[in-house]
Amino acid sequence: MARRGDRGAARPGPALVPYLFLAPAIVLFTLFVLVPIGYTAYLSLHRVRVSGLGLGRGSRTQVFAGLDTYRQALGDPELWRGALRVLGYGALLVPTMLGLALLFALLLDRPRVRLARFSRISIFLPYAVPGVVASVLWGFLYLPALTPLPVPEGLLGPGLLFAVANIGLWGGVGFNMLVILTALRAVPPEVTESARLDGASELQIALRVKTPLVTPALIMAGLFTLIATLQVYTEPTTLAPLTNALPSTWTPLMKVYNDAFVRDDIHSAAATSVVLAAITLTFSLVFLRVVAGRAFAGERS
Amino acid sequence: MRSLLRPIPLLLAVASLLAACTSEGSSDGPGGRVELSFWTWATNVERVVDIWNREHPDVHVTVSRQTMGDELVTKVLTAAEAGNPPDLLQAEYQALPTFVSNDALADIGEHVGEVREEFAEETWEQVTLGTDGVYAVPQDTGPMMLYYRADLFDRYGLRVPTTWTEFAQVARDLRAKTRSSYLTTFSSNDPGWFAGLAQQAGAQWWGVDGESWTVGIDDEPTREVADFWGGLVSEGVVDDQAMYTPQWNKALGDGTLLAWPSAIWAPAVLESVAAGTRGKWAMAPLPTWNPGEERTGNWGGSSTAVSAGSEHVEAAADFALWLNTDPAATRALVTEGSLYPAARDAQSGPALDQPPAFLPGQSTFYTEAKAIADTAARWTWGPNVNVAYQAYRDAFGAAITEGSRFSAAVGVMHERTVADMRRNGFTVRG
Repeated sequence: MARRGDRGAARPGPALVPYLFLAPAIVLFTLFVLVPIGYTAYLSLHRVRVSGLGLGRGSRTQVFAGLDTYRQALGDPELWRGALRVLGYGALLVPTMLGLALLFALLLDRPRVRLARFSRISIFLPYAVPGVVASVLWGFLYLPALTPLPVPEGLLGPGLLFAVANIGLWGGVGFNMLVILTALRAVPPEVTESARLDGASELQIALRVKTPLVTPALIMAGLFTLIATLQVYTEPTTLAPLTNALPSTWTPLMKVYNDAFVRDDIHSAAATSVVLAAITLTFSLVFLRVVAGRAFAGERS
Repeated sequence: MRSLLRPIPLLLAVASLLAACTSEGSSDGPGGRVELSFWTWATNVERVVDIWNREHPDVHVTVSRQTMGDELVTKVLTAAEAGNPPDLLQAEYQALPTFVSNDALADIGEHVGEVREEFAEETWEQVTLGTDGVYAVPQDTGPMMLYYRADLFDRYGLRVPTTWTEFAQVARDLRAKTRSSYLTTFSSNDPGWFAGLAQQAGAQWWGVDGESWTVGIDDEPTREVADFWGGLVSEGVVDDQAMYTPQWNKALGDGTLLAWPSAIWAPAVLESVAAGTRGKWAMAPLPTWNPGEERTGNWGGSSTAVSAGSEHVEAAADFALWLNTDPAATRALVTEGSLYPAARDAQSGPALDQPPAFLPGQSTFYTEAKAIADTAARWTWGPNVNVAYQAYRDAFGAAITEGSRFSAAVGVMHERTVADMRRNGFTVRG
C-alpha cells in the first residue's frame, strides 16, 4: 500500500471494488425480495386478537401465534379443493400445451412451408394479449346469450376447467412454439439431410430425429407451463363474476388474494403464501431433477 | 465505459424511490391552505366537490376515485396502518363496524353531533353503531323497490305483485306463457341484495347485547327468504344468472328479464345497461311477506367518514357535513350523481320534483319512493360483513350449481361468520 503513495490511499482496496459494483443489485434484491419474504414469514407467525365488541380504541392487537396460523390455513379444506382443481387444470393444460406447441413448431419447420411467417405470427400473437383481456374476451364468447360461436352448453358450469384451460392454452401455445421452433432451427441441416438420404419420410424425421434433439427446449417449455399452471389466477378471477360455478377459492392463489384483500386476514394469507411458495419450488426442482437429468444425460456422454 | 455507466440507472431508480418515500405526508398547500384528500366512488362527485372548493378557498378537497367493494375497505385499513390514510372516505354502512373496530375512523361527534335531527333515526344509528360516538355523516340510502317492464307486463297480462306469494305466481304464469323470458333472476354475486331482502323479512344478522355480539344470519326469516328463492330457481321459474354481467345487461335490454327487485338508485343502472328500454319500466313497492304490510329493506347506501389519522379532522368533518346536508350540495348529489340523499330535508328538495329521466312516465316516483323509504327495516351491521358476504357468494354459487337447498347455504354463511369472529377474539353469544 505504501508504494502507491497518496493516490492509492484515496482509492478503495481492490477487494472492495466488486462489492461496490454489486451494491445496487444487492440493495434492490434485499429491499424488494428478501425483506418482503422475511415480512411475509413474520406475518405468517402472527395473528390479530380482538377483545370484547372490538369497537373501542385499541381493541385490536397483533399477537404471536406461532404455527397456529399455519395449522389454520392448512386445515382449511377449501385450500386443498383449490389445489386439486389446479392439479386437474395442470393435467389438462401441460400435455395439451406442449403437444400443440411441438406440433406447430414441427409443421412450421418443414421445408417449403407456405405462409410460414404469417402462421408463426398468428400463432404467437395471442401471447401478446394480456391475460385479463384474453379472459374477458373468452368470457364473452362463453356466455350463451352473447356468443357468436357454437360453444357447448355449460362451459361456465361443469365444463369450467376446460373453459379456463382453453384461455391458458390460447395465450401460451405461441410462446412455447417459438421456444421449440428456435431450438429446431439450431438443429444442423446435415442431420436431417442424412436422415432424408437414408430414406426417412418427413414424418419420421420429425418424430425420430427432430423431436429428440429439441427435448431440452421441450423441458424448458414444460417448466414454464408448470409454473404458470401453479400460478393460475388471472383467468378464473376475471371469469368469476360471470358464473355461479367459480367460488372465490377456486385456486389457492385466489384464496390468498381473498384472505388478504376481501376477508382482511393478512396473516392467514401470508401463511398460505409461504406454503404455496414452498410447494412450487419443490415441484420445479423435482421436475428439473427427474426430467432434465434424464434428458441431458445423453448429451453429456 | 459502458460497464461503468450501467449501475447509474439503478442508482437513479433507488434515489427516486427514496425521494418518493419521503415526499409523502405534506397536507398543507401554499399559503396555509388546508388540503384534504377524499376517497370515493360516487358518480360525478367531482362536480359537487368543485362547488365546495369554489366557496371555501382555505380548505381544498381533492377527489381520488376508487372502486367500490370489499377491496376498498382493506385498502383504507392498509393505508391507515401505514400512516397515510385519506382525510375523507366514502364508507358503505356495512363497512363502518369494520373500520371502527380497526381504529380507522375519527369520532366526529363534537363537530357534527347537532345534525342528528336531520336524519331518520335508523339512518343515524348506522353511523353511531349504537355507541356515543359518531363515525360518519350519512350520504345516501338504498330503500328497495320493484322495477318491472310495464309494457311486457301488459303484453303477457301480468298483474304487479304486492306479496311474494303473488310474485311467485306471476313468475310461474310468465313461464307458462313464454319460455324465452323469466320474471327475474336470483344472483349469487350480490350479497347486499340478499341482505336487503332478508331485512325486509325481519331478519337481524347482527346485534349488540351488552358487551357481546349476537349473530342471527341463520334465523327463521333469512332461511325463509332463501328457500323461497331456492324453490323458484329449482322450479325453473326464476333464472339463476348473476347480476352485473354482460349477459344480464343484455337480458334487461331485450326483455329476457321482466323485473328487478332493486333499490332507489336502479334507474341510473338501467339507463347505463339497457338504455333502449327507457320509458318502458315502472316502479312499485317491493312485494311483502304479509298482505297489506308496508316494509322494505336497504340495498347499499353509504356515508362520508373522516380518518382517525387525518391531520385536519375538524375541516374534514365540516366538509362531510356540508356534502351531505347543504342544500346546494345535496341537490348536486341528486342531479349529478343520481343518488337518494339520506338527509330528510333533501329528500323533499326541489331536485326530486321530477322523476328519474329513465322513468319519465312515473311523475310521482320520488313521492312514492319517500313513502317506501320510510318503511325500511332497522338493521345492525356486524364487524365482519366482508366474511359473511364472501361466504354468501361461495355458498349460494355452490347451491345453485349443485341444486342444493338455499337455507343450507345460509347455514354456511352463519357458520363461517361466527367462526371468523370467534377466531379473532370477538365476544359472540348464540
